[in-house]
Amino acid sequence: MSQTKIEISEQTTWMLAVRDKQDRDAFCALFDHFAPRLKGFIMRTGCSAPQAEEIVQDVMLTVWRKAAMFDPHRAQVSAWIYQIARNRHIDIIRKENRPVPDELAEDPGAEPDASQILAVEQEAGKLKTALSSLRPEQREMIEKAYLGELTHQEISDQTGLPLGTIKSRIRLGLERLRHELKGLRE
Amino acid sequence: MTAITHHIPDAILAAYAAGSLQHHYAVAVASHVSLCVHCRAALEAHQSLGGALLEETERVAVSGNMKADLLARLDAPATPEPVYTRRGIYPGPVVAALKGKEPKWKSLGMGVRQSILSQDKHGSVRLLYIPGGRAVPDHGHNGLEMTLVLQGSFSDETGRFGVGDIEIANEDLEHTPIADPGDPCICLAATDAPLRFNAFVPRLLQPLFRI
Repeated sequence: MSQTKIEISEQTTWMLAVRDKQDRDAFCALFDHFAPRLKGFIMRTGCSAPQAEEIVQDVMLTVWRKAAMFDPHRAQVSAWIYQIARNRHIDIIRKENRPVPDELAEDPGAEPDASQILAVEQEAGKLKTALSSLRPEQREMIEKAYLGELTHQEISDQTGLPLGTIKSRIRLGLERLRHELKGLRE
Repeated sequence: MTAITHHIPDAILAAYAAGSLQHHYAVAVASHVSLCVHCRAALEAHQSLGGALLEETERVAVSGNMKADLLARLDAPATPEPVYTRRGIYPGPVVAALKGKEPKWKSLGMGVRQSILSQDKHGSVRLLYIPGGRAVPDHGHNGLEMTLVLQGSFSDETGRFGVGDIEIANEDLEHTPIADPGDPCICLAATDAPLRFNAFVPRLLQPLFRI
């Protein structure tokens, strides 16, 4: 065993402070970390800088207002914000309300489970490693897919994501999440 | 309740996570995910990957006053958007598509009814009500069709579909779904084109019924 101690990431700590204490300093830290990334991400879909900023504002405001929905047992902060960003982007650009699944009701008495939160973070770390091992053109394909840039035809041509490493990571994540979610239902 | 056995293919879940799935299908996917732990987990795994990409993405500096503007807005009263949650057999995304109202059923004949939730030139999403033992008229479809069972069950050439199961059919599948005997089968059906019926008369009636 190595000595490296896995700790809950800064982003998760900030997000929990926002969720539980409406902590503005933590919100500023989240903003400084995510706003430039969100802007870059959104501009890659062809949005102008001002329009991207409008969406970033909206996303970060949603992060503040819907902080109570953040559950570190199921998602790391980046995944949660990614989803908000995709939803807000679509709502704003297409002027439609994107259909979203029913929220899972959390057991009100549930204590935070640090090992589960760490497992989610570790999984995210492994996904990042898997991403960095991709060839540039593979990486580009994945980015295109998750930025919502694939056309209808390209989606139906895909038999799932083509890349072994990514797929196995998703499968592992899936196993873990499935186990976790079973515990949450009913 | 029997276990869900028909799920959403990974590529479609990824497209939904990315927001590239057309609206009518997104209603069907969000509805299935509301009912299915397996697909919810898979969707959240895709979102994790989206999050990892967001973390790694090239940063672009935001305008200097943006943070201050935003901080000033944090305490502004927000008009909460309506949140639609599951009601009876209808999962939240269906209730949202109904805008919280009851479905308006229109007869298609032979006891079969439909309620169109939304439609435009890209396709449609509707509820179908099929009495037990009754067939949905034999039909093909021009593109992808998603059918999610909300009550009862149906069977066709490819298998049996119970509550929560979703059938994803492409244009090659000519199938005849038949509601299993018992309770009427209520489904959510999303297509990217009007359904075409193979029988002569129903096809003539299509513009009338908007099916």
